[in-house]
Amino acid sequence: MDRRSFLRNFAALSLTDTLAATVAVMGPAQVAVAADAARPNYARILVLIELKGGNDGLNTLIPYADPAYVALRPKIGIARDDVVQLTDRAGLHSALAPLAGLWRDRHLAVLQGVGYPEPNLSHFRSIEIWDTASNSAEFLPEGWLTRAFAFAPTPRTFAADGVVIGSSELGPLAGGGTRAIALASTEQFLRRAKLAQPSTAPGNQALAHIVKVEADVVQAAAHLAGHHGFRTEFPPGNFGNAIRTACQIIANPSGVAVVRITLSGFDTHTNQAATQARLFADVAGGILALQSALDELGRWNDTLVLTYSEFGRRPRENISGGTDHGTANVQFALGGRVAGGLYGAPPDLARLSTDGNPAYALDFRSVYATVLEQWWGVDSRAALSARFVPVPFLRT
Amino acid sequence: MTGRIFSGSMRAVPRLALFVLAWALPLAHAASPMGYDDARHLLARTGFGPTDAEIRTFAALPRADAVARILGNARTVATTLPPVWTAEAGPLRPPGGASAGDEERKAFLREQVRRGLELRAWWMQEMLVTPSPLTERMTLFWHSHFVSSQQKVRVARLMYLQNSTLRANALGDFGTLLHVASKDPAMLVYLDGTQNRKGAPNENFAREVMELFTLGEGNYTEHDIKEAARAFTGWSLDRATGEFLYRPGIHDNGSKTVLGRTGNLDGDAVLDVLLARPETAQHITTKLWREFVSPDPDPREVRHIAQAFGDSHYDIKVVLRGLLTSAAFWSAENRGTLVKSPAEFVVGTLRQLAIDPASALPFAVLSAGMGQNLFSPPNVAGWPGGNAWIDSNTLLARKQFVDRVARADEAPPQMLTIVGRWPEESMAIRAAPVELREPAVAPRSALAPLGAAADDRERALRFQRQVDRGMRDLHFNAAQWLGSRKGATTADRERAAQKLLLPLPPQTPPPPDSDAASFVRATLLDPAFELK
Repeated sequence: MDRRSFLRNFAALSLTDTLAATVAVMGPAQVAVAADAARPNYARILVLIELKGGNDGLNTLIPYADPAYVALRPKIGIARDDVVQLTDRAGLHSALAPLAGLWRDRHLAVLQGVGYPEPNLSHFRSIEIWDTASNSAEFLPEGWLTRAFAFAPTPRTFAADGVVIGSSELGPLAGGGTRAIALASTEQFLRRAKLAQPSTAPGNQALAHIVKVEADVVQAAAHLAGHHGFRTEFPPGNFGNAIRTACQIIANPSGVAVVRITLSGFDTHTNQAATQARLFADVAGGILALQSALDELGRWNDTLVLTYSEFGRRPRENISGGTDHGTANVQFALGGRVAGGLYGAPPDLARLSTDGNPAYALDFRSVYATVLEQWWGVDSRAALSARFVPVPFLRT
Repeated sequence: MTGRIFSGSMRAVPRLALFVLAWALPLAHAASPMGYDDARHLLARTGFGPTDAEIRTFAALPRADAVARILGNARTVATTLPPVWTAEAGPLRPPGGASAGDEERKAFLREQVRRGLELRAWWMQEMLVTPSPLTERMTLFWHSHFVSSQQKVRVARLMYLQNSTLRANALGDFGTLLHVASKDPAMLVYLDGTQNRKGAPNENFAREVMELFTLGEGNYTEHDIKEAARAFTGWSLDRATGEFLYRPGIHDNGSKTVLGRTGNLDGDAVLDVLLARPETAQHITTKLWREFVSPDPDPREVRHIAQAFGDSHYDIKVVLRGLLTSAAFWSAENRGTLVKSPAEFVVGTLRQLAIDPASALPFAVLSAGMGQNLFSPPNVAGWPGGNAWIDSNTLLARKQFVDRVARADEAPPQMLTIVGRWPEESMAIRAAPVELREPAVAPRSALAPLGAAADDRERALRFQRQVDRGMRDLHFNAAQWLGSRKGATTADRERAAQKLLLPLPPQTPPPPDSDAASFVRATLLDPAFELK
């Protein structure tokens, strides 16, 4: 079924069918939000942090007590004494120690074993699968958020559907009619936006693309204003600047539904330890500053931060002190309404596939379903083309 | 039976007519000069923003002759002298190697970064002045195909050597190019070939050579990758000289099976297996179609051209000739359908406006700010290109650049005060009224992506100053330039300017009676100026 006929069929469902299907998955308490498809709650913000290159989940949430882990990673394995213990079996990489407070406050959920059937180990194909929420062998032209916003649009008054910081790839916002703005800083964007002007009906697709981007710029510039003075000190460096920019955007009254930040460098085939520690220090410092700044705005409870990567890395270390491309991975969900704790299941290191990778426990599209249905109150089937059971990592 | 034959011959009549027509039309073209618009199209697609004089020269040639001349004149070496250090063999590591201290390592890396900037300026300069623009376009194409990035390779000389190798083979033989690019020292570092050894294979290169360099996704299995990785073991580098070195001791001599071929394969044998597959010619031809013809490759035409490419044992000129003489290349609906890459955009603007900058470095930095940092593609897949060149950030960077160019000579005199004093460090810079005008900003992320090594803040500031200085130092007088277009009246000259600068009619035409500066500025800011 293509998307259009799906939407048609979906629209033809009676309200009671929709409700029944929703209740079956979510339980009656949450239906009030989800059923109100006409008014999705886009006052709640989604902040996506892409850890580009394939973050090594096994050295993010470390199963330090698992003998198989110790055996697979004689050189880069992290010892019990060096982890930030969360449970008697699992702990965080020490560079993520700044997040321990969020874990104590139960604002940090760690999703384990996230992946999908028939995993693809190419960076480009796998991130495409994540961004378009497709099956492994299915090619979809639009990002999952693009489909969600086509089905349940954000308010017209919004500056944009989403803002992308630090990357020119729109990822989950690609394709279709999404109003996505890529920028490096709000001040610079507003200064330069004066050079954009709306123009008339375009001819070929390249010209149409340029004209649309220009129109999006005009719209965003008309609604994004000012410069919020935060008391929060943002960490130095690129990632800290990107977090600051994200906070500037969220501080705007006119709103955006999604902010995505990309941090690259996680493709650690060689000398993983130093690289991952440096990147994690950026991640932890950045998230802490984000929480602090959003607390200032009183928006931390309206914010859901979600990290993701195209894939995890192979459990067995390679000879170069690094790891090769793998499968199931961990994701963090953070925010004032997150029900902290561990979700999913850790990878079974005693039962790896013939190519040395673990099976997944949690489909990444269940995580997306949680965002769509329980965070925004949007029926997820339009974006995900099937029903995926949400993961209960949100307090509603 | 009779009926069938009859109806068959009925259909044959119009087919014959079409055939005659299709045969006669190119003949008509072959005989006659192609004219200004065709020449502009050909040169814009195979070079960097053609000048009016270049277009007029080619306009007198028939299409096929013009294509033959461009292919026949293709150079294999750069005309611009490279920095002197490119000729000096040097170590790949700081003095002391693994035991080098922190300071030594940092100093070594700083020097590599500095050299990397010189290299960018050198290549940008070559793009500006080369008599063989197609050579540079193809070198850029292969740079985004056989990707290595200085972000990982670090050693600037290896990046230079790779660039020279790509240029030498840019319009040569793809089989040779695949072999030399695979053993290229920068490539061995970039895709961890040096880490690949018997008993502990590193699959990075084996995967990308199939997915990106030859067959394309979906035409091999994970098993092929694992086996090929074993075949590539032993390919290594001499750390003292930075040259390719085969180390038999770490080569896996066991039997491997790659794409159905079994034996004690080595790296060269695997590359030959990949070259023997028809998917390779298809993959390369499709990618070249997107580079030169249109965003939507025609599968039938691609198959046809790829067949000739394969039959010629991968003569790159054969595939280029096939593409550049195809009906699709010349068809009206494919004009102005490709987005200029940032390097094309910046170099083309300077060339078309007859601006001769004192240094090319600021323009390499500007290109980086627009999303194309030479010698540092974003990842092993290269720059995605096409419409992906344009997002809100990069579009505004492009518009800001041409806005500043169009108004270069409007700069208040005090803006020029620091020219000549830079780079005698920060006193002069700080004293200068740098904020009088919006600076042309190269986003830090373009020069050092998020997550790249930390100490790039100050570097970004230095880039910023260089760009500012380069832009201030640049002279362009719109009235003079417009006045020297061909035409009897102002309106004629304006039309000539639009025909030179835009592949399509203007989308946001300047208001009538604009002065020269406003007219040129509006034309450069037009969405059609982003296209070729």
